[in-house]
Amino acid sequence: MRSDARRGPRAGIALKTAALGGMLFLHIPLLIIVLYAFSSEARSFTFPIPGFTTKWFAVAFERQDVRDALGLSLRVAATATAVALVLGTLASAAVWKSRFFGRDAISLLIVLPIALPGIITGIALRSAIAITEIPFSFWTLVIGHATFCIVVVYNNVLARFRRTSGALIEASMDLGANGLQTLRYVILPNIATALLAGGMLAFALSFDEVIVTTFTAGQQSTLPIWMLSQLLRPRDRPVTNVVAVFVIAVTFIPIIAAFYLTRDTHDVSGSQK
Amino acid sequence: MTSSAAMLPRESGFLQRLSSGLYLRPRLLLFLLLAPPLLWLGVIYLGSLFALLAQSFFAVDEFSGMVVKEFTLATYRDFLTNPANWDIILRTVVMAAAVTLACAVIAFPIAYYMVRFAGMRLKAAMYLGVMLPLWSSYLVRVYSWKLILAKEGIISWFANQLHLGWALDAWLSLPVIGGPSLSTSYTGTFVVFVYIWLPFMILPVVAALERVPNSVIEASGDLGARPRQTFRQVILPLAIPGVVAGSIFTFSLTLGDYIIPGIIGQSTPFLGQAVFAQQGIAGNIPLAAAFTVVPVVLMGIYLALAKRLGAFDAL
Repeated sequence: MRSDARRGPRAGIALKTAALGGMLFLHIPLLIIVLYAFSSEARSFTFPIPGFTTKWFAVAFERQDVRDALGLSLRVAATATAVALVLGTLASAAVWKSRFFGRDAISLLIVLPIALPGIITGIALRSAIAITEIPFSFWTLVIGHATFCIVVVYNNVLARFRRTSGALIEASMDLGANGLQTLRYVILPNIATALLAGGMLAFALSFDEVIVTTFTAGQQSTLPIWMLSQLLRPRDRPVTNVVAVFVIAVTFIPIIAAFYLTRDTHDVSGSQK
Repeated sequence: MTSSAAMLPRESGFLQRLSSGLYLRPRLLLFLLLAPPLLWLGVIYLGSLFALLAQSFFAVDEFSGMVVKEFTLATYRDFLTNPANWDIILRTVVMAAAVTLACAVIAFPIAYYMVRFAGMRLKAAMYLGVMLPLWSSYLVRVYSWKLILAKEGIISWFANQLHLGWALDAWLSLPVIGGPSLSTSYTGTFVVFVYIWLPFMILPVVAALERVPNSVIEASGDLGARPRQTFRQVILPLAIPGVVAGSIFTFSLTLGDYIIPGIIGQSTPFLGQAVFAQQGIAGNIPLAAAFTVVPVVLMGIYLALAKRLGAFDAL
């Protein structure tokens, strides 16, 4: 494993440039968002920005529409994540524990909501909501979000289950623990960080989802919907810039946390090979 | 329950007895584990999808504007005989193919450097550097390009600083790919699509390259191949399934997206925008449903091709 750190010849200058250029291409636009949030120019996207100011952060924070949208986004993301955690964990436990008829079909079914273009999921849910005459509400949003969040939890937890020996559970039962105790002291501690990582990624996914949301929101405005309306008909450019930075911050934290939560286990499983 | 009670320690609560009983009845446990997720996805999700599909066999009455709930192929007939719809499909497929190609070209050096040359720490940093844009806000990332591509934005400024303003103008005066400004041209749409979906290409290529055993590369060198030959005849063929796996994402995501071309690009619609317009503004759910069948069919064909190229082993 250690020899992996240095292997083969050194990279050529062309490869280095291409790799560096690609990584810069991925990240410079995010830095530019941060830069513009401090721009003193409110009317246009002039570059270089004429001056620095932090006043837009205060302005954005005072905006009731932004605060309402943020509150709705956080509540939807939290609820959808909770639902996805339960359903995703149950499904991954079932697929891990046993082989049964239609097992592959179930994996496909779980992946389908993100494998199909979002617009199909969105329009399908929209038409189902119309047919069943359910009024648009907080819960229609949660239903849409939970549906595509299940797969994130499922993938994370199933990956952990596959690295967990089934013998652990048998040993626990043999040593006299009952089912609940095995769940509490053996299974849950084993999958805890995977659950946390999956939950965080599901939260980040739900928090900035816009495509399915536009179809299930009705008149409600989540933060991404607020942003989308600003992108299509710009009215408050400085506030939009600040909200954009805020969204980056809110999604980066769980992503980085999830990365570190699952990275340790990668190292562990790697060293055992 | 009596036989199980003999094997297990004394149990007091109902829950304890239930949980131990479940352990001894794997079929029942499996059923209980599967029922909630299957009910959710099966009823809510598949139910919605089938309801949508069913509606594509209905049609809108021309006079009342109401959906007539009788089986008819009229919606498909209208859809397929309208040349404007074929234009939309062609435009979207060409864009999706171009975006996929560009993503592969940009992603490969990143993945290759990451797997074969970067040290442990740099590799972890690069991995995180790909994951962050992948998971972080789609809308914010699209928005950033509105800032960059705007007429008075960063690209124009740099072009003018480098005295290359004429090159930018020449590019924008080209037919089809040009336009009044970068943010209202197909070039802009293309760049943003590539930017947004690039991480989806990098990760499968990384996974495929990591699966190339070192011994194979060493063997190639031992047998007298120069590094360049090893790359072209050993590493590249083994990485192709990863590229194909990534292309499934880039192709499918571009096919279905309706937000990016609405924000950055010309007014001519892409597939996703046409679906959105039909169900929203026109209120013609049957036609919108028929439209959504197109990306599903295209992806079906694409997945069948990808399977032949071994893409699913690289996922």
